[in-house]
Amino acid sequence: MNDRFPASVEANGRERIVRFDRCERVVHWVMALDVLVVIATGLILYLPALEERVGRRLLVENVHTVAGLGCVVPLAAALVLPAGRMVRADLVRIARVRPAEWRWFDRTTRIRVDLDKFNPGQKLAAVLIGSGLVVLAGTGIMLRFPGPFRLSLREGATFVHDWFAAGVSALVLGHIVMALAHPRALVAMVRGTTTRGWARQHASAWLAELDSDGELHSGVPCAAGELQAGAGAPGPTPGAPGA
Amino acid sequence: MGETAAPGASSKPIGRRVFFGVIGLGGLGVVFGSWLQSIESTLLSVFSRSGGIAGVLPGSDRFRIYSVTYSLPVIADSSYRLTVGGLAARTMELTLDELRAMPPTALVKDFQCVTGWRVPDVHWRGVRLSHLLDLVGPDRRATAVEFTSYDGTYTESLTLDQARRYDVIVAYEMLGAPISAAHGGPVRLYVAPMYGYKSAKWLRSINLVRHARPGYWEQNGYAIDAWIGRSNGRTDRPVD
Repeated sequence: MNDRFPASVEANGRERIVRFDRCERVVHWVMALDVLVVIATGLILYLPALEERVGRRLLVENVHTVAGLGCVVPLAAALVLPAGRMVRADLVRIARVRPAEWRWFDRTTRIRVDLDKFNPGQKLAAVLIGSGLVVLAGTGIMLRFPGPFRLSLREGATFVHDWFAAGVSALVLGHIVMALAHPRALVAMVRGTTTRGWARQHASAWLAELDSDGELHSGVPCAAGELQAGAGAPGPTPGAPGA
Repeated sequence: MGETAAPGASSKPIGRRVFFGVIGLGGLGVVFGSWLQSIESTLLSVFSRSGGIAGVLPGSDRFRIYSVTYSLPVIADSSYRLTVGGLAARTMELTLDELRAMPPTALVKDFQCVTGWRVPDVHWRGVRLSHLLDLVGPDRRATAVEFTSYDGTYTESLTLDQARRYDVIVAYEMLGAPISAAHGGPVRLYVAPMYGYKSAKWLRSINLVRHARPGYWEQNGYAIDAWIGRSNGRTDRPVD
């Protein structure tokens, strides 16, 4: 399978590095809008002041449920469609953290770490939000269709749903704050590209990958078998076609 | 050159482990959540009484507004009517003013919901249900009372013995003021010793019947005789 994408494009005569292709950006923004609807309706269902003012509880519940379950649709589409190559590659990237990357969490050693396309904090946040959404969806289904579940499980589901909603909402808020505080990263998710200077400063290991054979690898160094084993097999020879 | 951090050699699938770890935590939370929540409620009540942040934490003891229909009924005081009848000598249609003119009963009780939250020391004022039943004169065949709501969907019931208790009232005041639409006003049922779902909101009619049919939540698996602390598999402190 050929997992290459153009690493850089010319725009106004200046080289720009492709960070997010169109599919990944669409997935991101559709999910972002969806999650905001879920959070907004969730707040209406939860806060007493909003509960009373808005009423229409069943309608709000239905919007909340449909939006909540709909979150998975863009991601699922990207996972199966050919256009979702970069999304899949980035999910692999997010799931793996090298021992060297861990040192990023210690601010005194951060300066010496060559970073991947996403820094370890971003990887952790992504995994926490993703798994949090899965738990919310599962408990949400139990709350919306409580019939098969005995009372103590319904209460447990409510407890978990409430706390995870608070946690995931806090992470999403943090994500938005970070995006606003790092405009060049935000622009990359809008336009898809970033500058070589940004990459050198914030994602030097990723940049090295791009430069090593002039093309952007999928992030999967070998066949899928290597990933399953988690072993440290060496990657393909730089420049080898169809790796 | 710093240490390279590109994925590949010797990277660990930390992401996958955290991902499934969080899901596992969620699963444990579902199984043990009801127990955890009771601990949390106790802790919260020690530190503060439903004010500020503690008031909106999950598991805190404050009112939640539930409705089983798309919108909350809003009924003007002047147009409100309560029908009392069924297997009885007569049928009455009461206005809010007529209810207020009857001998009032005040109760100060904890309000306990079956989903776990409990609001302490809620002040209620209304007319004893037994008084209204006496006014219409129950038939000898009547053993139960059914209730309907202005939301067009909710129903509830009590046995005649339960209905005649001193702490079952048709309420028109709550927390010192007329009952708001959100809390089921202008008039709702209040059954103090039972879980909140028995206290039907936007009360429309009271009907004496031979046998009560299970109400809205009973049809969804909740207990008919919803005594606090002795039903629905719960062990809350009873409200006496």
